[in-house]
Parts: sequence; structure tokens; C-alpha cells
Amino acid sequence: MSLRLYGIGALAASVFAASAAVTAAQAQDGIYVPLLSYRTGAFAGSGIPIADGMHDYLTMLNERDGGIGGVPLIIEECETGYDTTRGVECYESVRGNNPVVMNPYSTGITLQLIPRAAVDEIPVLSMAYGLSAAADGTTFPWVFNPPVTYWDGASVFIKHVANVEGGFENLAGKTIGLLHLDAPYGREPIPVLNALAEEHGFEVKLYPVPAQDMQNQSSVWLNIRRDRPDWIYLQGWGAMNPTAVREAVRTNFPVDRLVGVWWAGGDEDARAGGAQAAGYKSLNFHGVGADYPFMDDIITYVHERGLSRFPRDRVGDNLYNRGIYNSMLIAEAIRTAQEVTGNAMVDGADVRLGLEAMNITEERIVEMGMEGFMAPLAISCENHSGHNEVYVAQWDGDAWTQGTDWMSPLTEFVRPLIEEAAQSYAAADAGWPERTEACP
Amino acid sequence: MIYREAGQFKSNYAADMAVFPLRQDRIGIFVIILLAYSMAYFGSTFMLQAVLIPFLIFALAAIGLNMLVGYTGLLSLGTGAFMGVGAYACYKLMTIFPGVNVIVWIFVSGFFAAGIGVIFGLPSLRIKGFYLAVATLAAQFFLQWTFNRVPWLYNYNVSGAIEAPRRTLFDVHIVGAAATPQARYIVVLTIVILLTWIASNIVHGRIGRQWMAIRDMDIAAELMGIRPFKAKLMAFAVSSYYCGVAGAMMVFLWYGGAEYNVFNIEQSFLILFMVIIGGLGSLIGSFFGAALIFMLPIAMGAFLPAIFAPLGIRVGAETIEHLRFMILGAMIIFFLIVEPHGLARLWQIVKQKLRVWPFPY
Repeated sequence: MSLRLYGIGALAASVFAASAAVTAAQAQDGIYVPLLSYRTGAFAGSGIPIADGMHDYLTMLNERDGGIGGVPLIIEECETGYDTTRGVECYESVRGNNPVVMNPYSTGITLQLIPRAAVDEIPVLSMAYGLSAAADGTTFPWVFNPPVTYWDGASVFIKHVANVEGGFENLAGKTIGLLHLDAPYGREPIPVLNALAEEHGFEVKLYPVPAQDMQNQSSVWLNIRRDRPDWIYLQGWGAMNPTAVREAVRTNFPVDRLVGVWWAGGDEDARAGGAQAAGYKSLNFHGVGADYPFMDDIITYVHERGLSRFPRDRVGDNLYNRGIYNSMLIAEAIRTAQEVTGNAMVDGADVRLGLEAMNITEERIVEMGMEGFMAPLAISCENHSGHNEVYVAQWDGDAWTQGTDWMSPLTEFVRPLIEEAAQSYAAADAGWPERTEACP
Repeated sequence: MIYREAGQFKSNYAADMAVFPLRQDRIGIFVIILLAYSMAYFGSTFMLQAVLIPFLIFALAAIGLNMLVGYTGLLSLGTGAFMGVGAYACYKLMTIFPGVNVIVWIFVSGFFAAGIGVIFGLPSLRIKGFYLAVATLAAQFFLQWTFNRVPWLYNYNVSGAIEAPRRTLFDVHIVGAAATPQARYIVVLTIVILLTWIASNIVHGRIGRQWMAIRDMDIAAELMGIRPFKAKLMAFAVSSYYCGVAGAMMVFLWYGGAEYNVFNIEQSFLILFMVIIGGLGSLIGSFFGAALIFMLPIAMGAFLPAIFAPLGIRVGAETIEHLRFMILGAMIIFFLIVEPHGLARLWQIVKQKLRVWPFPY
């Protein structure tokens, strides 16, 4: 009996002591960059390469250049498991250490952080995910979603369809299916596709996949076989993507007419379809493979020094590269912030300025050793996404290849939708602060 | 010795029926409430936002479920969905009537949850045990589907999420981004204390005794003149009310916004675990259960790296996560074997020991 009492006592003591330990988080010298990652849970398969890519690029900067502008980066991972509650807990635990930018890496967590960003003065960088409307910098001064939004993505998909079909005029009478996760994320492309359908006279058919049926899409694909859409746009995540590719192969849907959003572009997603999945397409905004000068530095400074946990033979995986691209945005934001403010030690407000002033030109890309890895990118005060160029990557059965040239989205179509959505977001929350932050 | 009722005489029925018949208990509860309020000034932001506010909200939801599972003996797996009803009802009411204070709507939203709870509680009149659990599962899936597929519920928001608009109480921001954790903590604490006090009166009074009679043997209860129809639906209504208020508080006083999948089946299970670990049929057990299930992983996350670092073992974020799952699972099994009546029973034993100390008999 007394043993039980001790147990209970120890438990209670540990809870209290732990709370004390958390409050006493020590401050270190450097720029603090927390990375919210998910290496556990149902989405770990895509979370691990992304987390490692983000970690390895920033580590490479620390090892090669001693950080950014001479200030080392303090990189800390917090495990979210792709769960909103845990993500908010992570945010609270890292907030005290003055993070310069938050990478929520989940749309759910991003939505929680958007209203907090302005109050806590920590910018949120949600790279090509999160709230599309956040591209309106006038309403959301603290939120950034470069290089493109989901709406841009859907418009590029239609552009690609038009290119293959021989022009926008040939779209009339075509049927385009949207195979999407039945959640807000999956429904994102619908307004853009509908608007474009009205303009060009094609028909949009929706194929929602409930979250609990991600790996059981046979009934959805029966409908697809019946409707025979000419093209399918896949807006899925996690286990839904490999299942969709496998089902497409099984039902003899031409895989080169199945185009995934960038989050459906993992190596494992395409590999699930086997040899017949060769030809599967996915939008992409960064280079494929490992054949870039900066990759050699990552190998030399991170992998060879044993600082990476990512298997070396998988370097160049599409999602690993995506993590690197995300970290490149963080690093460039910090570097720009140092240039704009003139201080080497920057804080959240400075990095917000850095993000708004970010302009990655061809010269800068060469300087970073990233030629061919990325398109030039610019963010402005009003435009927090930049609506930058993307391309359609194609799976050759073994690896992703650059399928098409870089294409710019139909910005003139997307921009009014974004502004409208931003206004309705602000209107729903009476007292949403007017932008007072000065443009850099 | 330190905890003895010698010299405290009860001279009327009211004193005998009091929730806290011992003076030490009354002083104790007063001190605990005082300490809880003082945490608003001494607690760090992390402590308030990531530990205490969620703990109180989960404790309230656990109280709600405990009234159904622990007191009435009706197993429910729809807690997450009933919390969602409260949250979405509160969101709609807040946006349709922005002039009314948000506290009013938090309390009113519970009634919507209660109404839905009664509807899904109707099968309980015919079925019991696991079969009822499966019937409430239907509520879970149907309601979650509704939150996702009926855009009116989230005001046609493009992101499909409900966001907490800015609201004040006595000119202090309590809901929305501008609200400080301190202000929200005080509001949450006050609501939880108030509702716990009401719950304690319900379960100790006529209604609670009816529930317990139904739980122990429903045929006998019926023969004694208790109407199962009324008692069971009342249990569903009150339980769902508490869950609904907890759900509304969760979104507006803790998260600040939520998608439909916050109210998923895992949420229901989490709260059921809290009730079982804490102790079926015990209000204090609901608090213990919420504390153990919710705070233990956070404590482990803060502690494990500190323990392993001196040994030269680097504990990564994901290792902690795996360890959390393993240790929490082991703890649940340990408690179920060593003390199946939950932490509340342990608490009772401790109290009894203190009463007879230092001369146990």
C-alpha cells in the first residue's frame, strides 16, 4: 500500500517539477529557429524527409558559414505528430526563446497561429500550405505563404492541361476531375477550378475521399471509371496519394493525366503504383534529384560529419528537397532582415521585414549554388505569396524528373479571389487589426 | 491526527448531507481554489496556456462524461462530437449575435449540445453496454461529418475552420488573439469551479441518486418508482451540456480556432480514458484523470531530455514522442491492474490513512 502512495507522491512531484523546468528555459546566443516537425504518427512517412531536409540545410549553414551573417542558428525541433493540440503546445514551449519565425508545417496549426502572429510579433512562414488568403499582405502582415498558394497550383494545372490539349480553346467540353481529401485542405482548389470552368467551358467533377477512407478508394475510382474524366487533379495528403496512384494504375486510368498537387509528389507516393506509374505528374516548385552545387556542401558538411539522420542514399528525395527549400526561405529571410536592419542579431519583427523585402534573383540563386533548383522569387508588402513559377514534375518509374518548363500561375484569376477571401476573413473577426507595419 | 473529525458534531440533516462534512475538507478546498486563482499571477504563459487551461477544460469534459458513464452506467463514445456541437453552436451564436457577451453564449451553447445528446441518447432506453457504445459512435461519425460538410456551420469560411473573434468581458479581452492567457485562465477556472459545484449538487441530490440506482440495477430502480426514460435522458442531457460547454471553451478560450477534425473519435477516447483512470463515479477523479492523461506527457517531454542528457544520450523530439506513448500505455495498464477503481479510490485511501494516523486500526 505504501508503495502506491510513494508512486502517487512521486507522480505529483514530477508534474510540478516539470512545470518549473519548462519555465526555466535558458537563453542561448544565436538566432533561434524552431522547427515544428512530425516524425511520428500517421503522416511520419512524409514528415521525416521534410524535417531532415529543413534540419540539414540550416545545419549546413552553421557548419560551413558559421550561421548567417556570423550569427549561429540555434535549431530546435518540436514534435507535433501533425496534431494541432501538440502543435500549439510546441508553439507555447518555444515562444519564450524568442523564435524569429514559425514553421507550423500543418494547415491546422497554421490556422491557430495566424491570429497570434501579430500579437506575439512572430512571423508565420507556411510554405505553400495554410491559408491561401494569407497571400494578401495588407490583411495578414505577419503571415507568409510563398512561393505559391493552392489556388495558384490549381490554375497551373489547368494551364498544363491547356498546353497538352493544344490551347485553352480546346478545353471546352472536357471533363476534369478533382480527387480530393474531404477536408478544407482538399476543397481548396474548388473555387478556382469552378471559375476557370466557367471561363473555358469545361466541366468539373468532384471526387471527395473521406479522411477515414484514404486507403480505401475503390468506390471513388468506380465513379471515376463511369464518368471517364479527361484529367484528374489530385489534392491529397498522406496515405491518400499512394493509394490514388495505385488505384489509377489498377483501373487503367492514364497516369500521365493524373496530376498531383505538390504535396502528392513524394517519392513514396509515386513508387506505390509500381512500374506502370511511370508518367504520373505532380506540381513542384523546387528541383528534383541531388545534382546541385549546394547539395555537395550538405553532403560534405552535414552527412559526412554525421550530423544528419537522413539516409545518405536518399538525399535528393522530393520531400527532402522540399525541406531544404523551406529552410532556404528561412535563411534568406534572416539574411535579408540583417541587410534591411543592419543588425546581425535579428528578432521576429526584423525577420518579418526580411520576408517582405525578400527578392531572390538569378544572381543570388547562383551564389547559393541553387541554379536549376529554384525559380527566382520575390515577396512584397502586399503580396505575401509572390505567385511564383512552378513546373510539372513527372515520375519516370524510378525518380522524379522535370517534366515541363517553369510556368507562372494565372495570377489575374487568383489574386481577386485571394483579396476577397482575405476581406471576408477579416470581416468575420471584428476588430481584426488594420495593417500598421511599415513596408520595408 | 491531522485529519480528524473529532469534535465536529452534526446537529441537523443539512449538515449531515453536506458535500464536505469535515471542516478540514472545507479549508482544503478553499486553499486549493485560492492557489488555483493565484496561479494566474505566478504561472508562466506556457504553464497557463499549455498546461492549466487544457487541464481544466478536459477535467470539465471528463466530469460530463463521468455523469453518464460513471454515475448512470451508460457507455458513450460520442464525447468529442458533443464537444463539437457546443463549439459550433457557440461560434454561430457569437457571430449571429455579436452584441451579447461571449460568456452567455458559452453557457447557452451547452444547451444545444444537451439537445443533440438527448436525441442520440434515445437508443439508451432499449440498449445497454457495448451496444449503446456503438450507437453513440454513430453520433460521433454523423456529427463530425456534419461539421465538415455543412458550410453554414462555419459561416462558409474558405479554410473550413471556426475562428475565435475578438470578445471582451469587463473591457478585458478574453476571446480572440488579443486575450492574454491570464485572462482566459481566470475565466476558464471560474466556469469550471461553478459547473463542478453544480455537478456536485446534482450527483449528490435526487437526480444523482436516481442515476446511481439505474446504474446499479435498472429493473430494481424502475420498481422503486424511478422512471428510466426520464433519468437516462436527463443523464444524457446533463452530460452533453457539460461536454458542450467544455467544447466551446476549448475552441474559444484555449485554441482560438478549430477545424472539424479536432472533435474526432480520438478526443472521445481520450476523455473516456480520463474518466476510467480517474475513477468512475467520482468528480475529483475526473480532475485526477485529466491531470494524469494530459499533463503526464508534457511532464515527460520536459523531463526525459534532462534525465538522459547527463548520461550522454541525446533524446530527440521524436524519441520523446515514442517514449510518451510507451510510458503512458504502461501507466494505464499499471493503474488498471493495481487500482481498477481509479485515482479517486487511491485518494480515498490516502484520506482514510490520514484520518486514523498515527494509530491505524
